[in-house]
Amino acid sequence: MSPAAAHVGWRRGLGGLLAVIVITATAPGGGVDVEADVLAAQQARVAAIGRATPAAVSIFAGESGGGSGVLLTRDGYAATNFHVVQSAGPAVTCGLADGRLYDAVVVGVDPTGDLAVIRLLGRDDFPVAEPADSDRVQVGDECFTIGNPFLLGTDLRPSVSAGIVSGVHRYQFPAGTILEYTDCLQVDAAINPGNSGGGLFDAAGRLIGINGRASFEKRGRVNVGAGYAISANQVRNFLGPLRAGRLCDHATLGATVATAVDGRVVVSDILESSDAWRRGLRYDDELVSLAGRPVRTVNAFKNVLGILPAGWQVPLVIRRDGRRRDLLVRLQGVHAPAKLAALAGGAAEEPRPGGSEPEVPAAVRAVYERRVGFVNHHFNVLERDRVAVGLAALRDSLPDGPWVLAGRIAAGGEFRIELADATASIDLPTGTSTLADDEAFDRQPVPPGSGGLLPALVLWRRLVVAGPAAVGQTMYWGTAPRDPATFTADAAGDLVDVLESAVAGVVARFGVDPAGRVVWIDLWASPEGDPCEVRLRWPDGDAAGGMPAAIDARFGGEPFATLVLDAAVVAEAPR
Amino acid sequence: MIGRCFVIVAVVLAARVAAAADPTPQLVAARAAKSVVKVYGAGGLRGLEAYQSGIILTPDGRIATAMSTVLDAEGIDCVLDDGRRFEATLVGFDPRRELAVLSIDAADLPAAVPAEGRAAAGARVLAVSNLFGVAVGDERASVQRGVIATVVPLEARRGAADAPYTGTVYVLDFTTNNPGSPGGALVDARGRLLGMIGKELRASASGIWLNYALPVDEVLAGCEAIVEGRAGMTTVAGATPFDLAILGIVLVPDLLDRTPPFVEALVPESAAVRAGLAADDLLIAVGGRAVGSRSAAERAVGAIAAGDPVRVTVIRAGAVVDVDLGPRPRVADAIPAPEATP
Repeated sequence: MSPAAAHVGWRRGLGGLLAVIVITATAPGGGVDVEADVLAAQQARVAAIGRATPAAVSIFAGESGGGSGVLLTRDGYAATNFHVVQSAGPAVTCGLADGRLYDAVVVGVDPTGDLAVIRLLGRDDFPVAEPADSDRVQVGDECFTIGNPFLLGTDLRPSVSAGIVSGVHRYQFPAGTILEYTDCLQVDAAINPGNSGGGLFDAAGRLIGINGRASFEKRGRVNVGAGYAISANQVRNFLGPLRAGRLCDHATLGATVATAVDGRVVVSDILESSDAWRRGLRYDDELVSLAGRPVRTVNAFKNVLGILPAGWQVPLVIRRDGRRRDLLVRLQGVHAPAKLAALAGGAAEEPRPGGSEPEVPAAVRAVYERRVGFVNHHFNVLERDRVAVGLAALRDSLPDGPWVLAGRIAAGGEFRIELADATASIDLPTGTSTLADDEAFDRQPVPPGSGGLLPALVLWRRLVVAGPAAVGQTMYWGTAPRDPATFTADAAGDLVDVLESAVAGVVARFGVDPAGRVVWIDLWASPEGDPCEVRLRWPDGDAAGGMPAAIDARFGGEPFATLVLDAAVVAEAPR
Repeated sequence: MIGRCFVIVAVVLAARVAAAADPTPQLVAARAAKSVVKVYGAGGLRGLEAYQSGIILTPDGRIATAMSTVLDAEGIDCVLDDGRRFEATLVGFDPRRELAVLSIDAADLPAAVPAEGRAAAGARVLAVSNLFGVAVGDERASVQRGVIATVVPLEARRGAADAPYTGTVYVLDFTTNNPGSPGGALVDARGRLLGMIGKELRASASGIWLNYALPVDEVLAGCEAIVEGRAGMTTVAGATPFDLAILGIVLVPDLLDRTPPFVEALVPESAAVRAGLAADDLLIAVGGRAVGSRSAAERAVGAIAAGDPVRVTVIRAGAVVDVDLGPRPRVADAIPAPEATP
C-alpha cells in the first residue's frame, strides 16, 4: 500500500469508528440519517485529500533545510517558495507520497513574490494538482494544506492540516526581506516552518495557493492560526517567466499612490521616464482600476500590482476632473537586473573574480546551464524550442519566398507591403517607405510615425519562415496577455508565449498563441522610448495557418493604422 | 483516546445539527465580520501593539473592546468593516473584566446579536478579529474556526501578575488570542455573539498561552456597569505610567546612580495608605520582580498594565512584608498616539 493510500486508510478507519459511536450517541434522539450525512462529508474530505496528496512534494535541500512543493505538470514541473531553494544551489532532492525520492533541478525563481519552479526528473507521468481559480475563494471556505512541516516528511508521508480561509486579498508587506505577499490567502489551517512552498487546497482538493508565510510572534516559530498562501492565480501569471529559467522581477507602475483625504487613491509621485507617464498618467490622478481590478485602497493597488510580472501591458482606468480615461500601461521592473541577481544570489549573479563556482551535482548536470541573468538557461532553450516547434507547424501553409500583403486601410485608402529576408517596402497613401538591409533597423523606424512597423513585419516573417534562430539572439521571455487591452487580473487570463529577440539594433517581442500564430509584435527602436505595437488579428475558427485578417499598428499610445488584408492577394509568389 | 473520540463526536454532532438550519459558514463569517471593528490607539513600542478589535453592541455606536494600553491614547480610532473610520470616545473601563466601552458618532450600525445562554464545550465557533493587524481599511477582519474546548473559571496571569478576572471563560481549541485579537468576536454557527476574545494571557498552572473568550453575558454586564458608572476605575491625569505617585508612593529623591527605593512619603488617602505602606519602607520587589534601585522600581510599575493588580514587597524593620496596592490606575493620555494607520 502506498503512503497516500495508507493515509486514506487511516481516515477510513476513523470514519468507521465514528459511525459506531455516533449511532450509540444519537440513538435516544432519533435521526437515523445523521451518520450518513456526517460520513458523506467525511468521505468527501478523505477523497479530496486523497486526490491532492500524490502531487505533494517534500523538498530536502541538504544543509540549507528544505520545505514543500506541489507538482503542476506531468513532466515534473513543481512550484515552491523562493526561500526554500534560495540557498540550495541548482539541485534539491524531492520525496513524493509514492515513497520514492527524485532529483530535481531549480528552473526559475521570483525572489520578490517568493516563488520558484523546480523540475523533478525521471518521469513523464507525475501526479499533478488540479488548479482552481483562487479569486473565487471566499472567507469561510474549507481548505487544507499538504506539506512537510518541520521536515517531518523524511518518511515520505506528507502532513495534512485542515482549516478555513480566514481572509482573501490580503497584503503582507515585506518584513525585513524582499519577500512581498500580495493578494494572498489567509488561512487558519496550520502553516508551520517546512510547509513553505506546499499546496493549499480547496474542499474539492484543487490547488488554490502556495503556502509560504505565517504570522509568528511571542509564541515562537509555530503556527498561531494565521498563515498566508500565494494565490494560484498569481502563480499562473508567473509560471511562464519561471519556466523560462529566468530570474523574474515584479512590476511597478513607475508611480506611487496614496489615499487622499476624501478616500480616493491618487498618484502621489510618478517617474517621468515611466511608460505610465508617457501614456498620460499625472500627479493627483485618481486610480479607478488596474488590470480590471477596482482600486479603492492603496492595498488594493499593491495587491493587483503584485500579481503581475514586470513587462506586462495592462489596462489602467483613471479619473481626472470627473472624467474617466482608459490607458494601456506597460509595467516596468521593480529592481535593476544586477540588484535583483545580487538579492537572489546563486547562478543568475555575475561570477565574482576568483570566486569558486558552485558544484553542480551530477544528477542535474544535463539539465542545468549557468548563464548571467538566468537561473537555469537550459530551460530557456527548452521553452524557446517548444515555441519554435509550434511556429514550424504552420510553416507549410505559408510561402517560402518574399510575401506580398495588400488590402485597404480602415481609415481609407489602400496599402501594399512586400517583405523579403532583409529588405521590405510599404506603400501607403501617405507615401512609400523602404527598409534597406545595409543599415540597422533602429535607424529605420519606418513608415514615419509608426515607430517601426516595417522592421516588425520583416522580423515576423523571418520568425515564421525560418524560426527563432533567424531573428538574431532570441530567448523565451515567458508569457503575457494575448490581448492587453481586455486583460483582467480576475479572469483566467488568456496568456500567450513570448519570444524576445535582439537583432539589428532593435529589440522585438513576439506573442505566439498555442496554435503557433504570432498574435502581436512589440518592437523597440530605442530602449527608452515607446515600441511599435503590432497586433495581428486572425480569422475566427480553428483553421490555423494562412495570414491574419488584419494588422493594427500603434505607436506612443496612438493608433497608426489598421490594415485589412485582402485575402485574394495575400502571400502571392514573388514578382 | 476515548475522551478524544467524544470530543470528535461532539464536534461531528454539532456539525450535523448546524447543517440542518444554519446559513453557510461563508455567510456567517461575512455577517459576523460586519459587527467587528478595528481599533487603533496607543502603542507601537515596547512590543505593545497599537491595534486591537472591538464589537459593535448597539446601532448607535457603542463598542465593546478589551481594556489595554491601546486605549491609553488621546485619539482612539475605530475602522468599520466597510472602511469608514471614526474617532471614538472612551466611555469607561471595567477593570475586573478588563473590558472597555467606546462610543462612536454613527447610526444604523450592524450590531452583534448576542446568543442566549451559555454555549457548551464542543460547540463549533468562529473567532473574528483584527489579529496581527492583517486587515486594514475596508478589508474584512480575520475569521478562524474551532471548538469550545471547555467552559471553566479563568486562572491566568500576565507577566507575574494574576489576571484580575477569575470568572467563567470559554477556553478554545484554536489560537485565537493573538496580537490584535483582544476585543474580537466569538460567534456560534449561526453568527450569534457568544463572547469577546480576551487579552493574551498564560495559564497560571502551566504557563502556556491561553485561547479564551469572555462569555457574552459577562461582556454585556460589564458594559452596562461601565455605561452606568458602576465599574470603578481610577484615572490619574497628568502623570506618566512610570510615576509611582499614581499609587500614592513618593520615593526618596533620585540622587545616586542606583538610589535605593525607600519610601519617603505617602499621598494622603491614596491606595498606598489604604494598603498599609509606610514611610521608610524599602521596596525590594514589584509584582514579584526584584527592584534594586529607584529607577528599576519605576520601570517595574510602568510595565504593569492599567487595571492589573500591583503587589509590592518591602523591607520594614528588617522584615519582608508583601503589600497589595490594588489595580493600577489608568494614566490618561500617557502614551502618544501613533500616526494614523492606513
